[in-house]
Amino acid sequence: MSRVHDMGGRFGDGAVGFEPDGEAIFVENWHARALALTLAAGGLGKWNIDISRHARECLSPKDYARFTYYEKWMAALAVLLVDSGVVTKAEMAGAEPSPSDLTDKTLRADKVAAVLASGGPSARDGAAPAFNIGDRVRTRHVARNVLVSGGHTRLPGYAAGMKGEVILSHGCHVLPDASAHRLGDRPEPLYTIAFDAADLWGEAERVGDEVTCDLWESYLEPAP
Amino acid sequence: MLSVSPVCRGCSRAAQAEVARVCAKPLDAVQCFGHDLPMPHDIHDDDHAHSLLPPDPALRVKALETLLERKGLLDPAALDEIIETYAHKVGPQNGAQVVARVWTDANFRTLLMNDATEAVSQMGFYGRQGEHMVAIANTPEVHNVVVCTLCSCYPWPLLGIPPGWYKSDAYRARVVREPRKVLAEFGVILPETQKIRVWDSTAEVRYLIIPQRPAGTDGMSQAQLTQLVTRESMIGTGLAQVPQ
Repeated sequence: MSRVHDMGGRFGDGAVGFEPDGEAIFVENWHARALALTLAAGGLGKWNIDISRHARECLSPKDYARFTYYEKWMAALAVLLVDSGVVTKAEMAGAEPSPSDLTDKTLRADKVAAVLASGGPSARDGAAPAFNIGDRVRTRHVARNVLVSGGHTRLPGYAAGMKGEVILSHGCHVLPDASAHRLGDRPEPLYTIAFDAADLWGEAERVGDEVTCDLWESYLEPAP
Repeated sequence: MLSVSPVCRGCSRAAQAEVARVCAKPLDAVQCFGHDLPMPHDIHDDDHAHSLLPPDPALRVKALETLLERKGLLDPAALDEIIETYAHKVGPQNGAQVVARVWTDANFRTLLMNDATEAVSQMGFYGRQGEHMVAIANTPEVHNVVVCTLCSCYPWPLLGIPPGWYKSDAYRARVVREPRKVLAEFGVILPETQKIRVWDSTAEVRYLIIPQRPAGTDGMSQAQLTQLVTRESMIGTGLAQVPQ
């Protein structure tokens, strides 16, 4: 089943809070430090983007709801650092830190531009797509990880068990359901599926409005 | 890491190939499939590592920063460089250049619509969170809006770091269900004749919306047009500005 992060379609959140005159990129100084710290620590190579998303999603619903955006990042970073053995719990609690054997991976200032510019593509070689543009498909019901009980998935709850149409085909990409749990890349064809908003929500704001999701082949079956 | 064979907490034997290693926790949280153990999130709710840090967020960041620096795993100058990049060098001004070029250069438009990653790379806009770009053009028939309901996926090399509203629970929860009400909060009222398609970025594909070129802009230079392209217009919660 889904977790607290899977909030598409939820009622009760109120206004979006858009400020027409703009807002600072980093509202607080520590927001900028939190972002940079997360990117730098990711450079140690001890986890991938799916593992880090999973760590944020594993915050308790109570913490997820009360933490602001970068507080979630910091909480997840603390979990990732301990779970991957980069720091010990004792060090996290304030004990004298011991030297790390990972210092050759430390992101140095002169490497930052190159690292940010190179990115980390998720495209991989893999099987030919089983579905074609225009095919009708149905998504997995319930939205869940079938490799790891209670694990990470990128099928939103609102789009589970729904019929839609393949509108884009993106080649093979790393499967997050596996990658988030260190089970390898297991690349699969990735598609954009368009759903009729009336199917998702019972009624659409306007007839014909649509919502799309990017979904992996194992999330899909041919629609009857 | 699962480099050693972990022991199942249910049967005390080496766990089978597909183990439930929940919450990225250490190996003691591994179990064979089907074994009746506590639900994943009940196992360690009280010992999250972050609870060991100071509760104040600014102090929490500082504590992590200091710890990693003392272990030799953090170069403070690297943090300054990352912040400088996203505070001043990479932002919606990049995407605006792409849009203005699309409006004035038919060949570039064709390339972008066929292979956006290649097209924006040629302008120097490639990198983290922009590895797999797709451009979607608004038309009189269809207006497009982008969201990430599951986290905050966003095309960093073209738009920079996402604004607070994009990452808010309210936007993530509502824009897929009631996009027209959400757009109205941004001052955008679409005609009933125009369909909305909301793109939920649930994978590593990142979407750039190409807003419609405003009327009355014939003869404007690319540089002038760039000034009309707002961040919101490239997410779909805004329209390109009409020249004064």
